[in-house]
Amino acid sequence: MATTPGAASRPRATQSIVDDADVRTFDATGGDWSDIAEEAARLGEERIVVNMGPQHPSTHGVLRLMLEIDGETVTEARVGIGYLHTGIEKNMEYRNWTQGVTYCTRMDYLAPLFQETAYCLAIEKLLGITDQIPERATVIRVMMMELNRIASHLIAIGTGGNELGATTIMTISFQAREQVLKIFEMVTGLRMNHAYVRPGGVSQDIPPGTLEAVREADGTIRKALRQLEDLMLANPIFKGRLVGVGHLNLSACMALGMTGPVLRSAGLPYDVRKANPYCGYETYEFDVPTSTDSDAYARVVLRLEECYQSLRIVAQCVERLHAMGPSPVMVADKKIAWPAQLAIGSDGMGNSLDYIREIMATSMESLIHHFKLVTEGFRVPPGQVFQTVEHPRGELGVHLVSDGGTMPYRAHFRDPSFNNLQATSVLCEGGQVADVVVAVASLDPVLGGVDR
Amino acid sequence: MGIEEKAASGFLLTTVEGLAGYFRKASLWPVTFGLACCAIEMMATGGPRYDISRFGMEVFRASPRQADLMIVAGRVSQKMAPVVRQVYDQMPEPKWVLSMGVCASSGGMFNNYAIVQGVDHIVPVDIYLPGCPPRPEMLLNAILALHDQIQASPLGVNRTDAAKAAEAAALDATPTSRMTGLLQ
Amino acid sequence: MTGPEATGAELTGPEQGGRPSIDVVGVRTGMFGAGDTGDTSGYGGLVRAVVMPGPSDRPYGGWFDEAADVLAEVLEEAGSSWDAAIENVVVDRGELTLHVRREHLVEVCQALRDDQDLRFELSLGVSGVHYPDEAGRELHAAYHLVSVTHGRRLRLEVAVPAADPHLPSTVAVYPANDWHERETWDFFGIVFDGHPALARIEMPDDWPGHPQRKDYPLGGIPVEYKGATVPPPDERRSYH
Repeated sequence: MATTPGAASRPRATQSIVDDADVRTFDATGGDWSDIAEEAARLGEERIVVNMGPQHPSTHGVLRLMLEIDGETVTEARVGIGYLHTGIEKNMEYRNWTQGVTYCTRMDYLAPLFQETAYCLAIEKLLGITDQIPERATVIRVMMMELNRIASHLIAIGTGGNELGATTIMTISFQAREQVLKIFEMVTGLRMNHAYVRPGGVSQDIPPGTLEAVREADGTIRKALRQLEDLMLANPIFKGRLVGVGHLNLSACMALGMTGPVLRSAGLPYDVRKANPYCGYETYEFDVPTSTDSDAYARVVLRLEECYQSLRIVAQCVERLHAMGPSPVMVADKKIAWPAQLAIGSDGMGNSLDYIREIMATSMESLIHHFKLVTEGFRVPPGQVFQTVEHPRGELGVHLVSDGGTMPYRAHFRDPSFNNLQATSVLCEGGQVADVVVAVASLDPVLGGVDR
Repeated sequence: MGIEEKAASGFLLTTVEGLAGYFRKASLWPVTFGLACCAIEMMATGGPRYDISRFGMEVFRASPRQADLMIVAGRVSQKMAPVVRQVYDQMPEPKWVLSMGVCASSGGMFNNYAIVQGVDHIVPVDIYLPGCPPRPEMLLNAILALHDQIQASPLGVNRTDAAKAAEAAALDATPTSRMTGLLQ
Repeated sequence: MTGPEATGAELTGPEQGGRPSIDVVGVRTGMFGAGDTGDTSGYGGLVRAVVMPGPSDRPYGGWFDEAADVLAEVLEEAGSSWDAAIENVVVDRGELTLHVRREHLVEVCQALRDDQDLRFELSLGVSGVHYPDEAGRELHAAYHLVSVTHGRRLRLEVAVPAADPHLPSTVAVYPANDWHERETWDFFGIVFDGHPALARIEMPDDWPGHPQRKDYPLGGIPVEYKGATVPPPDERRSYH
């Protein structure tokens, strides 16, 4: 609902229906007429409240922005979320630990492997088996996470460009992302929402041909990143729209608990992979790109730089996996390790016949383990744990409470987008309406993670 | 058939329904209604690899008033439900709804307090597409099936007759809860 | 799932030597949730106390002792005391948890943030947990703090009764907790006094109840498929 009393007196591009200057005109869309009239009479000001979303092409998902505008300047910006609240955390309390992976993966759907890994690392911490996770599983997790980071950043940049009206940025990013999704499909079977990382390791080993595919994809992705850089970074329109927009300095970032590229664009090189390493990240060589410009342009540059660093880590993972040779990808403890073995048969992927032969004919113990793990699941000793990972959008934290049962007692995900979106008011107020889109895009919120 | 051969060349005969169906299906503009993960697959379908533009649908209209098709892509939460209905109401006739993904079709894996168990509780759905999320090829398949439906949709008196027949069939049909004995 | 007759004060864990333990959060009876069918296995009669890790004694290990000493010192200087503010310390699975009394929560947060040897600048939000069987301490709020300077992490946990679910808001110390406190109010009903705008954030504004409490149903519907009905996850028999 928008009201502008006294609009007839201001110069307008098109003639108003009633040209008489003495008549008060109200422009309004939606709402009851009596409400509008009442409000206009009461306000007597020229403030307009514009509602952006939840259905909007440029708000990065089902985000509702309520902007109070004075001319072209935003005087107040409020954020409404919850339009994608799915009750995932509560639902996980009724599903066993392994099934929880399929739920948490759908929170931030652009970086599902990060949720899975964080959740599984937390379970492993609760179980006390963090040291027993096989090396191969850990390296595969790192490789998949870094590929996911690249995919996520490509979407962030692509949709950001699309929201500015530059559709080519989106097509190039999506084309590059398809290369990553091809690898995901090869390894996990799905393009998105994989449920691949399981407590104890990963669900199956990488199939033959994956490492070659990753090496090939590396070249394609680098080419796409260079194309994006050429297209964006020196483009005067792009710079004009992004430089100096969405400024958030370091003290504001620290106060608001920002993490991820936003914090690093303000100058603090805080990266959980370096600060509190997990999955053997301390053994990989990579840099943490940082900037001090604290604006949207710096964040785009940072995200592109992080893609290159991720490619560096992926190359190291590929070397390690190549050198490692076949080895288990699940923890040795048969009472925790996910038992199912899959293989490609004549009609696609299904149960491996060797495995079925083993459980049905050879080993009674394997059958019992399989049965108990698939029906009941394993039990985790009581306690609580907090595990964080460096998610593309910031620091993802998983607070997991176990009461000794087969299901999580409480699984809370501290999603980085949820936290980072608090800065929207700070970023937008005082700026122009068009900069709101840019500022929110530079925060890169994914509403699935925000609302959970 | 007979008339076309006898008339001068350059004529093609068809039905009004056929022509209207052809025009409607060939440039079916979707409204941007991506909610969750399925939205990303929908965007990938709009990308260069799967290219929904081949079917004239790459213009995802932001305004529902300019759109024909609402692809509900993703889980519909209780808070979002009135918005779904409002956007549907703002679309002008003729309009179609494609519920993409299991969450939009039936609530999906989220059988809980927060998710509407199927967007057909809110808007009438023309075609359901399962998948979590459905691959872009699956979305294109569903869109092509919808195109066939649109091409074949009757107009005028035929339409009211078809609606009456569908209603009668639905009233006669066995309700799902009575379809026992099938899990043999 | 957990027995209604058990309370935290009565049951004691074996390692506590008979002293009442605040960590027994419930009792698990039975194994498969099959109450009334003919369960002849005997597992239906299982009664197990759910015992969370208990309070730890000094030395805690690593940097925990030093941090505890510094915090005690800072609290003394501020006019409070360690014993008044901190109920107990739990060191479990390599993590430090300080159970704080709610009256001293803001003070402890301020001390942790400002003192140069502690410097927990980054707050990773508030997480609520509901223990319905822990009488008088049903609603817990867990604050996770990170010290970027020193590379340390710790958890603060506060417990409030469901009858009086008020906690002081820490937004003045950590503005990052703004939305997290709103979310905890929305899902658990913990009222944060002093919060600038405590309103529902995820659920619609007029939603009744607090969904993530244990007594709030999951809310699913039974699914019909070819004549069979599958009950929603919270009503099925399942291992627990």
